[in-house]
Amino acid sequence: MSDFIDLLGYPFMQRAIIAAVFTGLAAPAIGTYLVQRRQALMGDGIGHVAVTGVALGLLTHASPTWTAVVVAVLGAVLIEVIRERGHTNGDVALALLFYGGLAGGVLLTGLAGQSANRLNEFLFGAITTTSRTDVIVVMVLAAVIVLVCVGLAPQLFAVAQDQEFARVAGLNIRFYNVLVAVLAAVTVTVAMRTVGLLLVSALMVVPVATSQQVTRSFRSTLGAAMVLGTVASTGGLLLSAYTSNYARVAPGPTIVLVALAGFVIAWPVGVFLRSRRRLRQPFPVVEVAAHEVIDEHPHDHGRDCGHVAVEHGDHVDYVHGGHRHAVHGQHYDEH
Amino acid sequence: MTEPVIDLQNGAVAIAGRPILRGIDLTVGSGDFVALMGANGSGKSTLVRALTGLLPLATGELRLFGTPFGAFHDWRRIGFVPQRGGAGSGVPASVWEIVASGRLTHRRLLRPLGRRDRAAIAEALEVVGLSHRAQEGVTTLSGGQQQRVLIARALAGEPDLFFLDEPTAGVDLPNQQVLADTLETLSQRGSTIVLVAHELGPMAPLIDRAVVMRDGRIAYDGPPLASAEVATAHLDGHHHHHDVPVRHDHAPHVSSLLDGAP
Repeated sequence: MSDFIDLLGYPFMQRAIIAAVFTGLAAPAIGTYLVQRRQALMGDGIGHVAVTGVALGLLTHASPTWTAVVVAVLGAVLIEVIRERGHTNGDVALALLFYGGLAGGVLLTGLAGQSANRLNEFLFGAITTTSRTDVIVVMVLAAVIVLVCVGLAPQLFAVAQDQEFARVAGLNIRFYNVLVAVLAAVTVTVAMRTVGLLLVSALMVVPVATSQQVTRSFRSTLGAAMVLGTVASTGGLLLSAYTSNYARVAPGPTIVLVALAGFVIAWPVGVFLRSRRRLRQPFPVVEVAAHEVIDEHPHDHGRDCGHVAVEHGDHVDYVHGGHRHAVHGQHYDEH
Repeated sequence: MTEPVIDLQNGAVAIAGRPILRGIDLTVGSGDFVALMGANGSGKSTLVRALTGLLPLATGELRLFGTPFGAFHDWRRIGFVPQRGGAGSGVPASVWEIVASGRLTHRRLLRPLGRRDRAAIAEALEVVGLSHRAQEGVTTLSGGQQQRVLIARALAGEPDLFFLDEPTAGVDLPNQQVLADTLETLSQRGSTIVLVAHELGPMAPLIDRAVVMRDGRIAYDGPPLASAEVATAHLDGHHHHHDVPVRHDHAPHVSSLLDGAP
């Protein structure tokens, strides 16, 4: 344990924690909009394209972070253009882009004379080797992403919810669509150091999937996803640091698995909440000609009687053995 | 003489090079309640999409509230209720949140909702009778209730002109009645309403004027028709005609309205 506390004192570990917190906040923020647009795999696609960007940086001895930002943004805008054109085989075009990005990146890395290990840092993250400038870049970019995602939430929400309505409300649809694509690309490069390009989409999507198991509104989904993302990224990092004495545990995959564990816990809760909500949906009020009276009822229904109470117009029906019992004077009616 | 709310002269719309709408002349005055009718594929939804700017005009000139469309930016005067299919999305959204997005035409960037915005949202929910479900997820509502949410969203922007694209398609009769009551309230407040409908149902008594589309052209423009007449409206002649026989033995609710009409 004291080893672990010592570990937290090292500057490289403190930088890693800062990077994890900022990434954990930013990735689910933009991820919520991607999930809302049913583009959950967009982050994955951009991640593949960004591999070429990293390789270009290695080849030209420029900063891989910045070449990755440029290539990812270009790729994201291209994906958005393909999507907007609404080609029937748009997803095939996207697939071509993804595989081209990944293959190009691996090829260029080889040409640059770099080892596969160097590329692995970007593919699966290398949060503990984050330099001081890396951390500052991550902080600034993540802050921009969070500010835009929260500040422009009404506009981004409306555009993702119903494009046509948003356009007739005078919003510049194309601007907001490209903005989401660019933010997603920047997020990918921010999270590149933390979880790596191949796992970045998980940090964008899994916390959203987890939070929407229990939420009913967009704002609470967004907020809860950001909290869960931060918990998963810092928790995963600390967990991998804690276990590093016993085994080689990579932080990137640990973060993703912690996020997934959260989903596995939340999912049954979501199933339970949804089925309970369905059971308690009010029964429709329909005029009925006659109603049956139950002669002998061995049981008094009431609060906490164990039977599901469902609103039915101005009274309550108790669901009892497949029947609907409603109080009527001294007896129960069959509704 | 006040300016017409909608004024489209010689409008035509082409989609991917194919002419869809041709020779559309349509003028809608302030406070009118117009039903755009016609068979599937007749171009009634396309016309609404052209009038809201969702589809560009190939030829012709569109003026909204007297302003040429290119220079029109007063979006808060327009309320649009698109064809359903879009109340839900990949992430849960509450009824209140959907209706609140109707206030976007009044909000400046990066400003929180003000008291007036909240009042307008509450009132819109009240009009469609969904105040008690404001905090619920929109996907837990029935199809007819979701349609009412979309109308409340348009209402929240307090527009003068409403476009509704098939609001009653696939909606059960009690919900259609609520929609009709809502539209009656709006109409009485002086709103201009352009409604695309296949079947008018409980909205029939509210209509001032019917425009029947057929094959991308206006086949009839005049007093409301019984639904059986919509299919044959084009057979009476090539021109718009305003004097139709007022005999509707098979649909007494429509004939009684027309008897009382000037």
